[in-house]
Amino acid sequence: MWLEHLKNAWRSLRRSPVLSALMVGALGLGVGICMTTLTVYHVLTADPIPGKGDQLYEVQIDAGNLIGYRPGEEPTFQLTRDDGEALLAAAKAKRQALMTGAFMAVRGPDERVPPEILPLRQTSADFFAMFNAPIALGAPWNAQDDQNEARVAVLSHELNQRLFGGANSVGQAIHVAGNELRVVGVLKPWKVDPYVFDLTLGAYGREEMLFMPFSTARALKLGRAGNMNCWGETGGKSPLERGTPCAWLQYWVELDSPAQAQDYRNYLLQYSAEQQKAGRFQRAPNVRLRNVPEVMAFREVLPADVRLQTGLAFAFLLVCLVNMVGLQLAKTLRRSGEIGVRRALGARRATVFAQFLVESALIGLLGAGLGLLLALGGLWLVRQGPADYAGLARLDTAMLGITLGLSLLASLLAGVLPAWRATQLNPAIQLKVQ
Amino acid sequence: MNHLLPILSTLRRHRIAAGLIVLEVALSFAIVSNAVHVIGQRLGQLNADSGLPEAELLNLELRNTRRLENRDALSAEDLRRLRALPGVKNVSIPNQVIYGNNINVSGVNTEPDNRGQRVQAFSYSGDEQLLPTMGLRLIGGRAFTPEDVQLDSKIAAEADPKLPVVIVNKALAEALAPGESPLTLLGRSVYVFGNQPSQVVGIVENLGPPNPRHTTDRAAVLLPIGESYASGSYLVRVQPGQAEAVIQAARQIFKEVEPSRLLTNARLLTEMRERHYAQDRAMVGLLLGVCLALLLITALGIVGLASFWVEQRGRMIGIRRALGATRADIRRYFQQENLLLCGVGVVLGSGAALGINQWLVQSQGLPVLPLWYLLPATAALLGLGQLAVLAPAQRASGVAPALAMRSS
Repeated sequence: MWLEHLKNAWRSLRRSPVLSALMVGALGLGVGICMTTLTVYHVLTADPIPGKGDQLYEVQIDAGNLIGYRPGEEPTFQLTRDDGEALLAAAKAKRQALMTGAFMAVRGPDERVPPEILPLRQTSADFFAMFNAPIALGAPWNAQDDQNEARVAVLSHELNQRLFGGANSVGQAIHVAGNELRVVGVLKPWKVDPYVFDLTLGAYGREEMLFMPFSTARALKLGRAGNMNCWGETGGKSPLERGTPCAWLQYWVELDSPAQAQDYRNYLLQYSAEQQKAGRFQRAPNVRLRNVPEVMAFREVLPADVRLQTGLAFAFLLVCLVNMVGLQLAKTLRRSGEIGVRRALGARRATVFAQFLVESALIGLLGAGLGLLLALGGLWLVRQGPADYAGLARLDTAMLGITLGLSLLASLLAGVLPAWRATQLNPAIQLKVQ
Repeated sequence: MNHLLPILSTLRRHRIAAGLIVLEVALSFAIVSNAVHVIGQRLGQLNADSGLPEAELLNLELRNTRRLENRDALSAEDLRRLRALPGVKNVSIPNQVIYGNNINVSGVNTEPDNRGQRVQAFSYSGDEQLLPTMGLRLIGGRAFTPEDVQLDSKIAAEADPKLPVVIVNKALAEALAPGESPLTLLGRSVYVFGNQPSQVVGIVENLGPPNPRHTTDRAAVLLPIGESYASGSYLVRVQPGQAEAVIQAARQIFKEVEPSRLLTNARLLTEMRERHYAQDRAMVGLLLGVCLALLLITALGIVGLASFWVEQRGRMIGIRRALGATRADIRRYFQQENLLLCGVGVVLGSGAALGINQWLVQSQGLPVLPLWYLLPATAALLGLGQLAVLAPAQRASGVAPALAMRSS
């Protein structure tokens, strides 16, 4: 019977090709635009550390002074060097990493190849295990290397390709801002989007090329990049030194359970209380501990424009739906005579209803096909665009399924009212009019 | 509206179809009017005048590839040679440039110890050539002199640095002396660095934030601090059309003075501006595209439903024609019916438009939709409705009176 319905539906579409094409076109356009923006939304809000985002927490401690102080306000989102190093030394979490971004001149062993300015990260040993950085060759440095300010580095896959042509570079020397470091590990290709552990240099499309111990970078007096907030005088010192009122370091911990997170929060409060007692902190203990999804929501990582576009796309789909309901209704009523004959010959209301829904579903399927093509085109356009997330905009299988589902759902929704109207027609009147 | 009563009585018998047209028009109207609002707002940003001679300003960024201790001496030599180049008017090293990546903010107070009026201001530093380089216009007071300028490296090493003079922009002067003429601030002391007073010696008008796309704050302060290439970037004011030649010459100079440094960025501010606003431009294009598609779909929907109606009412049209209605009467009937439906749609849509705007105001920080912004969308949808109904109405007016008799 369903096959019969499908045949009838196809015949009906063929009978009014312009109207059918109009409906399929409008639905396809709406679905295509929706899928383009939804895919962008989907990739931009995905967990950047798959499967582990809720165990990784960013630490905030309020070390500010009393100028303009409002109790309980949001603390600076980064830590001072003193606090970062103190927490790292105490090592109260399962894993912890202190870090900052930087742009430095990096050169391989070949002196004739001029150095390049590359983004890199100065961090501590647990970083790699915490954020699931995949190691291809060698191994990351360890806590002892952090202690010893070891001259070591871990290269990204990309940098190892550039400097060593992809060969095993473990044990080789590279130069960072003129200082020799020994390669101890090489990563597999690794993308973190958004770059959640340091959002200050842009959230998307970032790829740091080299990782080196934070302690070593400080010993070599290297610079750094990103946001810095100073609330007082540095007393003639560089803000990167200890004892300055400047927050510029990200600090992350790994905690297995909410209970551990609660314990760690208590530890941070206790640490702040001790600092306040010792006179270093002027403010009452005020800390934050947010995991990856919470950080992404709180910092509003998703660009406002993307939210706007997604809303716009769904409004557009809604207009397409209303449009389709209208056209479908017109078409149905135009076939009143046919329906009257069928009903008079014994077709049940349910059969007529099913017939019209199948026709809508067919439009939905065709619309899905068109929508998919348009979404591929739309995503291609997004990738050519200027947004920093441009390269991420690609369709995946989940989104493919959603496209199909959305289009079918939309067309069925649009088909219910006309189909119901069709069953309400009085066959006697229709036959009389004929 | 001579057909109003018959129109209303017909519509009452086609409530669903009429309701659908009204709904579609209302939705399109609500979306298009808000999109027009967003487009207008973005275009306003895109075309905002920074007040700087952007086409003459070249930004050159140098990076160290190894640690160099003589940065100030290198910068002085770079500056001397750059200033001697043909085609170069002025050169300075500000700590930040408009549309660049660096943003420096300082609290400026009217009293020491962080008391009194406090305003967060974008802080620009540079030497005595910064004002002519950036083309800043004084509305009162004087520019920096070479004697005012201290090196950044010296100030950073002092425990309690003194900065005897500063220049403020008009917005900062107005914020520090609310309700008074900005010129009253001339000669007064402000506190930028802790407890040491700085006298305001000049007020400039055309200086704004370094990141105009992301902020509405305007207050800015200029500090007479000589940066090095490592803490700022070279801002070169060139003669029109000389940018390429100056970039080539500068590249040679940097190589001769200290070859280990890399020139990582050499762009005119006009180009940096393009990049700064690229996403807004893309958004405007996208909104325009969606609006056009939306209007097209709405128009096609109206054509479809109107054609259907004409077909359905063939008999009625025939009877009216037989009773003496002219072709123009019939055409006008359908046009007025469409105007009525679209008009109701626009009225309902206005409510929805204001609702959506409320959401945008809250979630996107967009300004409230001015009511007159509804006018272009109103004109677009009413005009579109008339355009869409034209062909069906024409067809309706062509129905022969005899048809009414025959088909019944």
